[in-house]
Amino acid sequence: MKTKNAIPENRRNFWEANRASNGYLLKSVITQKVISFARALLLFGLCFMIIQPLLTRFGTSLMMEKDLYDSTVVLVPRNPTLDNYRIVFELTDFPRSMLNTLWTSLLVSVLQVVSCTLVGYGFARFDFPLKKLWFACVVALIIIPPQTIATALYMNFANFDILGVIKAIKGRTISLHGSIVPYAMMSLTCMGLKNGLYIYMLKQYFTGIPKSLEEAAYVDGCGTMHTFIKIMLPDAMPTITSCFLFSFVWQWTDLFYTRNFLSGMSIYSTQLSSIVSRMNRYFSSDASKPIIVPVGRQQQLISIGVLICCIPLVILYLFAQRTFVESIVMSGSKE
Amino acid sequence: MMTQKKIKSRPNHWGFRESILTFIPGTSVYKTMRAKNARKGVLFIMPLIIGFLVFMAKPLGESLLMSMSNVQMKAGEGYSRVFTGIANYQYAFSVDPYFNQRLVEEIGRMAVNAIATLVLSFVIAVILNQDFKGRALARAIFFLPVILSSGVLPGIESQNEFYNMMQGISDEIANASGINLSASLEELLSVSGIGSGVFDVLFTMIDAIYDIVMASGIQIIVFLSGLQAISPSLYEAADIEGCTAWESFWKITFPIVSPLLLVNCIYTIIDFFMKNDNRVMERINEVMYSQFRFGEAAAMSWIYFGVALLFISVSSFIITRGVRYYED
Repeated sequence: MKTKNAIPENRRNFWEANRASNGYLLKSVITQKVISFARALLLFGLCFMIIQPLLTRFGTSLMMEKDLYDSTVVLVPRNPTLDNYRIVFELTDFPRSMLNTLWTSLLVSVLQVVSCTLVGYGFARFDFPLKKLWFACVVALIIIPPQTIATALYMNFANFDILGVIKAIKGRTISLHGSIVPYAMMSLTCMGLKNGLYIYMLKQYFTGIPKSLEEAAYVDGCGTMHTFIKIMLPDAMPTITSCFLFSFVWQWTDLFYTRNFLSGMSIYSTQLSSIVSRMNRYFSSDASKPIIVPVGRQQQLISIGVLICCIPLVILYLFAQRTFVESIVMSGSKE
Repeated sequence: MMTQKKIKSRPNHWGFRESILTFIPGTSVYKTMRAKNARKGVLFIMPLIIGFLVFMAKPLGESLLMSMSNVQMKAGEGYSRVFTGIANYQYAFSVDPYFNQRLVEEIGRMAVNAIATLVLSFVIAVILNQDFKGRALARAIFFLPVILSSGVLPGIESQNEFYNMMQGISDEIANASGINLSASLEELLSVSGIGSGVFDVLFTMIDAIYDIVMASGIQIIVFLSGLQAISPSLYEAADIEGCTAWESFWKITFPIVSPLLLVNCIYTIIDFFMKNDNRVMERINEVMYSQFRFGEAAAMSWIYFGVALLFISVSSFIITRGVRYYED
């Protein structure tokens, strides 16, 4: 009797409960603990692997130049400074290029997601002539790298014309270079970066939603568009959000389309790609005779540029993640 | 009964006459439900039709023509083109010293990496979908590869020739001094002599784990968004009926997410084929920009697309066998 009292209240209950369940409780608790430990180990390992290069970058970003050459300094700077950030801000034309990147990426990705959602729904739910051919085009969009058609597109936009209409009115073709118009047009017609993938994802998702949901809406007198907006869109929100995220991120870091279509604008990714040559000019006393900045220093400043590029995207992801979570409740209507 | 069967057997088929009449008002076909729906569908995919015709088809045709011609750049703008048939394709296969070999190598590497990427991303997505402390943080971290492997970022630090040289030297030093833990482990396991072929594959996967994780960012999110859409009540019902977690994984989770497996598989293959560090791509760029053999380079890239297409169709054929859609 006394020994039993020595065991704490909840513990005693646990053992008693365990005995009552013929050892099942203990077994399940142990399994659960082992599983969650293995999960934690795996996740920690993988997360560490992803994060470690970033941490190293962050550590070095705060170092003064002499710390870079000091082999006793590894991660934590001995002479911490924020001066490097100021230099990178100057080199990348910081507030202006960031704002430009923000609004162009936002515009482009919204246009892309809207058009891709429409097309994906069209493929998933309707039956029309040449459907297979058009879907093959979607696959082609995924497979064909944009590099192959870059030159032709460039020429196309230099002398832009829609079936000779503009030439007939104005007397000559117009050049659309350096403006966002061509790229916005391409985004609106699903020809942006990796749009084939979004169409595919959305199509797969819409196909997976039971038809009875829509049929119920039709029976209740909903039109096609209304059903699409009120029934299908909320259900597909997680997929749409992830498409938007991809589109935004890829646009944000994209160099290829930006170089081709937005060359006149100050965009962060292009600024980042040419940071080394600008750095060489920045550190020389005479702007016409660039010097070569030491490699360690170059790498340090590039890392800062990369970090600055990533931070807004991570923040965006944290916000978008909430939409993922909320959408579970909505898709509960699924059976 | 017979007629019903007939209709059901070819529900998606559109005859030529019917297709045309669908879009002409006043005809008998125009007013049918089927035609109405078809017009709605075409309206939905209109952006794609316009975009593809205007921005894709024409440049693509030019590229295909180029692959079958002898292309010479002219001093001014533009180029001259002489049709030569399949000569460029013959060049790619039988004359170019590197193309064949690299193509085969890359395909082998792709097969291993694609499978590893798919499995790893699926496992991680399932784990990230469970409930545990710090889930939001873990999800945010697994999103980082999407950012870090996109656009300007992956190449930017290795652009620097000098830096690469230094890195090569430091790797060599590390190998020579024997600090490499995984290498010594490899040695130990291969000496023990159990199925060395299996171990070899495993080792290449483990060595490439960073690349694999970096390449699986998108796949994780795609799987995760699919997993999130599964209603919890399904699991509840299964649990009440006495399903174990293992069973409900294979009976509920896997079938519902399997359509996304196809997307991910295709994406993984393409991503691998189009990567900047891919050696076939390197060769194509070399032929194009250093040797100025535009026609030959175009032919090589078409062969490359052909191979990619072949892989995609084979894998989607295999996967669609196992994919189940919701059917009422």
